[in-house]
Amino acid sequence: MANYSTNEFKGGLKVMLDGDPCAILENDYVKPGKGQAFNRVKLRNLMTGRVWERTFKSGESLEGADVLELDMEYLYTDGEMWYFMLNDGSFEQYPVEKKALGDTEKWLKEQVVYTVTLWNDNVINVTPPNFIELEVTETDPGLKGDTAQGGSKPATLSSGAVVRVPLFINEGEVLKVDTRTGEYVSRA
Amino acid sequence: MATDWRPSAEIATLRERARLIGEVRAFFAERGVWEVETPVLGHGGSTDVHLASLSCVATTPAGRERLWLQTSPEFHMKRLLAAGSGPIFQLARSFRDGEVGARHNLEFTMLEWYRPGFGLNALIEETTQLIRRVLPDDPGPVRLRRYRELFRHRLGIDPFTESLGGLRRLAEAQGGLSMDEAARDECLDLLMSLAIEPDLGHEGLDVVVDYPADQAALARRHRDPEDGQWVASRFEVYCRGLELANGYDELTDAEEQRARFEADKAARRSAGLPEVDSDARLVAALASGMPEGSGVALGLDRLIQLALGKTSVAEVMAFSTPQA
Repeated sequence: MANYSTNEFKGGLKVMLDGDPCAILENDYVKPGKGQAFNRVKLRNLMTGRVWERTFKSGESLEGADVLELDMEYLYTDGEMWYFMLNDGSFEQYPVEKKALGDTEKWLKEQVVYTVTLWNDNVINVTPPNFIELEVTETDPGLKGDTAQGGSKPATLSSGAVVRVPLFINEGEVLKVDTRTGEYVSRA
Repeated sequence: MATDWRPSAEIATLRERARLIGEVRAFFAERGVWEVETPVLGHGGSTDVHLASLSCVATTPAGRERLWLQTSPEFHMKRLLAAGSGPIFQLARSFRDGEVGARHNLEFTMLEWYRPGFGLNALIEETTQLIRRVLPDDPGPVRLRRYRELFRHRLGIDPFTESLGGLRRLAEAQGGLSMDEAARDECLDLLMSLAIEPDLGHEGLDVVVDYPADQAALARRHRDPEDGQWVASRFEVYCRGLELANGYDELTDAEEQRARFEADKAARRSAGLPEVDSDARLVAALASGMPEGSGVALGLDRLIQLALGKTSVAEVMAFSTPQA
């Protein structure tokens, strides 16, 4: 992989740091009145999701990380691995471990397309679409006439996620949910 | 996608900028400091290891020559002083390669002025008066802060006597990077940038004085009365975490100037940095006699940014480099 110097650090660039692939979030140039310049850089460790803040001397470089983000459709799980398929027509399948799946496990639905992050050809992360439509499998019976009061109740969705929904929502309905916040958006 | 042709600043902001520049000119007119204009392109560049000069090749009366875009108008203004100009100021477009960020732009406006006969304290007084004139609200009292005291207070070390190993460990802890091979100044610069600067100028105008002698650039040196350590006779003014101005008790000794140019060039070579032609005419001007005095360079875009409550210099420039 190519090396990237601090002045090439831009949001989204993938680099190696302490042996882990990271995505650059922010790059701030700092320089005392007369003296050595530094770059304060925020990076997201793609293995752990943690945000690191590091300082580099201006002009220093980091090795690029062989990271690819690909669109893949979720197929099924055998209980140990979760299988995704490239949706570019190649039908190539990738097994994903629970660790790489992380919180996305509760937003899985067959035939939905996810962003799958590969590092050196291994899946390290799966990101759900921002909005997803899921069926309510369990919730308390709906209450008529309470729509104006804005009350809410928990509802379990077909993927296993539990979200707060308005009181008028019933089992069997399909909802649009924001996966970033885990919040109900509307009826689908 | 449509090409983004809009300015990086709002038109209302640029009108305010024009008004503030009028205030700056009035400030100097009242004091008998006259405005000069010196070249952007010169035969000498800045040899400072921490500045990257841009250059171009142009056809001049001497043929094809390399000319350097000035990183500040300092050399030309000092030659005017040596020629007997008396007190002068300039709003000079200056260029520094690689300086990119919220507080920096590749080209920017330097407000630089020189006061023959002024000591450092008189110039500190005038600099803070100018800043107060431009800022709409009172930035608070002026406080002199010794470089050494800032380090002692904030980091618990004496920057002049602490061992190199101690400085490296502290810099590593603050910055989260390896400083194994870092020189003293690199460690001090990092600690200044990360641990000290952000806290400066929030309760008043903080004026940092008595910098390490190695960071003198074109300033004289004097002995710290505390224990006789050499320190640089220069100051920097901070307002709300932002460095605004950098002033010197100017070096007037031609031989010392020549020696510092040579030391810079050697440092550039050993760091693998590109060679820069030093300004032989500046050395000649000093040799002919430049009046003793002080000078200061102030980042006008930053001052306007503060005055107008903006968060980056791009917001007060018609077209920052990405939009230029």
